[in-house]
Amino acid sequence: MEWQDEGIVLGVRQHGERDALAILLTFEHGKHAGLVRGGAASRNRALLDVGNRLQIVWKARLAQHLGTFTLEALAQPGAWLFDQPFELAALASACAMVDAGIGERDPYPHLYAALLRLTGRIGRADDWLADYVRFELMLLREAGFGLDLETCAVTGATDGLAYVSPRTGRAVTAAVGEPLKEKLLPLPPFLANAVEHDTWQIAQGLRLAGYFFSRHITGPGDRMMPLARERFSGLVDDLAGEGPGETAENRTTE
Amino acid sequence: MAANEIEHLIRLMGRLPGLGPRSARRAALSLMKHPDTLLRPLIEALGTCRDAISICSTCGNLDSHDPCSVCADRDRDRDVVCVVQEVEDLWAMDRSGSYRGLFHILGGTLSALDGRHPEHLRITALLERVEKDGIGEVILALGATVDGQTTAHYLGERLRPLACRVTRLAYGLPVGGELNYLDQGTLDAAMKARQLLA
Repeated sequence: MEWQDEGIVLGVRQHGERDALAILLTFEHGKHAGLVRGGAASRNRALLDVGNRLQIVWKARLAQHLGTFTLEALAQPGAWLFDQPFELAALASACAMVDAGIGERDPYPHLYAALLRLTGRIGRADDWLADYVRFELMLLREAGFGLDLETCAVTGATDGLAYVSPRTGRAVTAAVGEPLKEKLLPLPPFLANAVEHDTWQIAQGLRLAGYFFSRHITGPGDRMMPLARERFSGLVDDLAGEGPGETAENRTTE
Repeated sequence: MAANEIEHLIRLMGRLPGLGPRSARRAALSLMKHPDTLLRPLIEALGTCRDAISICSTCGNLDSHDPCSVCADRDRDRDVVCVVQEVEDLWAMDRSGSYRGLFHILGGTLSALDGRHPEHLRITALLERVEKDGIGEVILALGATVDGQTTAHYLGERLRPLACRVTRLAYGLPVGGELNYLDQGTLDAAMKARQLLA
């Protein structure tokens, strides 16, 4: 068995003294693990950094075997973000969420394209934080737990959406949700078609996605939310402070 | 066919880093052939290390004294602490001769995949040490990887409330490195960290 593809590094574990077990999100073959001979050697460590885009050759005797990867770097977005703690945390978080969110060896070409786009925009585009939140919602959708944030579950209205049901994951308008607002999750306006957003809305978006990720994906298996995600959402919460106001575009990072 | 005792020795040696079954067999045979010049001194050295070597309670280094010879060295700059991942990193930094301050061994980096959380690293010990000893500068000498730098930023956040300067090692071109042989990540980092020539 042999195939060629391209993929993004989601995680790496040392295997024995010299080798590494790499977990990649590939374009055609989904999340796929494989042994990288010499992957723990110092000259190869940079190749296997989280978020790197790689050209892959996978070989094994049988399809169900772990197999070995031969890898070549196509892009290494992490290196650009080494001195940007916030952006670096986002990159690690996106990869950890994909790793935790989907099963192995099922192709997710749209998710791959979305992760590739996100890794290229983190720290480079102004509105990458909004992209990050939308990416997590897409990850939920691809994993089979998509939210319906387009129309009100009760009235069918497309305007004035303000809350999300924690049970069904469907949006409702402010008027419908008001009496039950203590039990509903707030829907940040930028996810309901409004373009403008601030860091407070981003934090709300992360809480929304995190709630459903925990409920549907990590919770049933008694797994924790990925550490990298916890760290990233913690940084966003710190930035957002106590309430709305600060715009993501005006945020400065060291 | 080797005797059981030698087979046992080969199996044990084969578990050491850098030695596979074949090289362990060669090493074991060499020890058997030189009992006085190799085997006995090795047994004595191993016994001595077992009895004498411990982990320094201050920095995490391996030494026969606690505090270790690095922490006890009064000629070192005691105002600076260099944070490294493992003991071998301490040895590498010390070998370079370019740094004459103190060290702190973290014991790894934060890693979501390996489930290594802040409480698994010697972070609390570092914070207490910086505060108690009034350290003026903490140099974060962690790997230039996403995990290494994430850990560095995390430490930076934890150290921020303490009145000390926090620095990190530079990223960029390795000495002797030619541009056409370097990976894109190294070039990206070097380009971003470029410096004014004059």
